[in-house]
Amino acid sequence: MIEVKELYKDFGGKPVLQGINETIAQGEKVVVIGPSGSGKSTFLRCLNLLETPSSGEIWFEGINITDRKTDIDKLRQKMGMVFQHFNLFPHRTVLDNITMAPVTLKLQSRAEAEANARRLLERIGLGDRADAYPSQLSGGQKQRIAIVRALAMNPDVMLFDEPTSALDPEMVGEVLELMKELAADGMTMVVVTHEMGFAREVATRVLFMDGGQILEQNEPHTFFSSPQNERLKDFLAKVL
Amino acid sequence: MVHIVPGAGFLSGLWESIYKTLISTEGWKVILQGLGTTLLIALFAVVIGTVLGCLLALCKISGIGILKGIANVYTTVIRGIPVVTQLMIFAFVILGPVGVTNKVLIAIIGFGVNSGAYVCEIFRAGIQGVDRGQTEAGRSLGLSRGQTMWKIVLPQAVKAVLPTYTSEFIALIKETSVAGYIAVTELTKAGDMIRNATYNAWIPLLTVAAIYLLMTLGLTKLFGVFERRLARSDRG
Repeated sequence: MIEVKELYKDFGGKPVLQGINETIAQGEKVVVIGPSGSGKSTFLRCLNLLETPSSGEIWFEGINITDRKTDIDKLRQKMGMVFQHFNLFPHRTVLDNITMAPVTLKLQSRAEAEANARRLLERIGLGDRADAYPSQLSGGQKQRIAIVRALAMNPDVMLFDEPTSALDPEMVGEVLELMKELAADGMTMVVVTHEMGFAREVATRVLFMDGGQILEQNEPHTFFSSPQNERLKDFLAKVL
Repeated sequence: MVHIVPGAGFLSGLWESIYKTLISTEGWKVILQGLGTTLLIALFAVVIGTVLGCLLALCKISGIGILKGIANVYTTVIRGIPVVTQLMIFAFVILGPVGVTNKVLIAIIGFGVNSGAYVCEIFRAGIQGVDRGQTEAGRSLGLSRGQTMWKIVLPQAVKAVLPTYTSEFIALIKETSVAGYIAVTELTKAGDMIRNATYNAWIPLLTVAAIYLLMTLGLTKLFGVFERRLARSDRG
C-alpha cells in the first residue's frame, strides 16, 4: 500500500532521514519507535508529504506521490493524520471540525456529513459534544475527535504522530483504546509513539529508528524479547 | 437679600459665544459638512486600505518572489513617508496634473493607499501568527492551500488582528484631519474656518475635538461587541 524507496531528507544541510526503504501492506499496524531526534516523526510526515523529501520516492496505492505532477491533495484524502497537538480548528464546533473537509471537498452533502459525524461521535461516546468548541474539551476528548475528524474522510491508512505525547497521563488510555478499536476494525495504521505497551499489544510490526535509519524491525514479541541491535537494546533498557 | 447664582454669568457667556460662533453664523452647518467629508474619506479609504492590505498580505506570504518584492517595496515606501507628504504628492504630482480635480476623491485614494500598507502588516502578522499545525491539519485532510487559508487560517487570523485593525481604522479617522493641506474642508478644516471667521478659537476647536472623541469612542465600543461575539469559541 505504501512503498518508500531510498528516502532522504535534510533540514538546511542537517541530515534527518538517511536512506529509508520500507513497504507497508494493507491492514498492517506499523509502530515506529526511537529516541527523540531519530527522524521517526519526519519519516511519518514524509508519507503524506507534510515534509518534502530531499530525494527518494514514496508510492501510495500504486501512485508515485513524490512526483511533482501528482495531485497530493487528492491522495491526502485517503491518508488520515493525527497530530501530537490535536490541531482541532478552534473557531469551529466539534461537528464543523469533522464535517469541514468532506463538505468543502464535495465528497458528501452537509446532511450526509453531519449524520456521519454524529454517528462517529456516538461511537466514541461524545455524541453530546457535537456543538461544543474545542476549548471546552479535555485533551483526551480533543484527540479522539481529531481521530474521528480524520476517519470522516474514510481514509485507507491512518498516520499517528505521537498521538498521546501531549496528554495528561489519565487521558492516554481513552485515546489508545480508540486506536485499538480502529486496529481491530482492520485499519492500516502507521503509529509513531513512545507507548511500548501499545506497540506490544497492537502492532503487527515494530520499527526502531535512530540516526535517520531503520535499524531493526520485527513482529513485536521477538522485537521486545530478543532485540539484536545494540542501540535498540540500549533504548529498550531505558524505556522499559 | 441678594441671591447670587454661581456660574450664571459664565454659563450665559458660554451660550453667547456658542450662539455667535456656531449658530447665528450657521457655523454648525460648516461643521456638519466637514464631519460628512471626514466620514466619507475615512469610510472609503478604509475599504480601499482593507482590500489593498489583504492583497498585499497575501502577496507577502505567497512565497512567490516577485509578488513578495512588490509588497515589500510598497509597505517600505509608504510607511517611510509622512501621510501629509503622500497626500500632497497625490494631489499635486500624480493625480492633479492628469486632471483629477476632486480633492475629496484624491484624499480617499491617498489615505486608502497609505492605510493599505499598515493593514497589510497587520494581516500578515495575523496570518503568520496562526499555528502551523492548523495549516497542516487542513492540508492533511486533503484541503488545498487556498481552502485551508480561507476556511481555517484566515478566520483565526481575522479574529486575532481585530483589535489592531480597529486601532488602524481609528487612527485613519484622525489622520484625515490633515486633508486640509490639499484644500479639503473636512472636520478640522471646518473648525479652523470658523475660528478664522469669528476670531473665537476655543468654541469651534473644542467642538471639533469632542466630535472626534465621540466617533473614536463609539467605534471602539462597536468593535468591542464584534470581538466579544467572535470570542464565543474561546469560552472554556
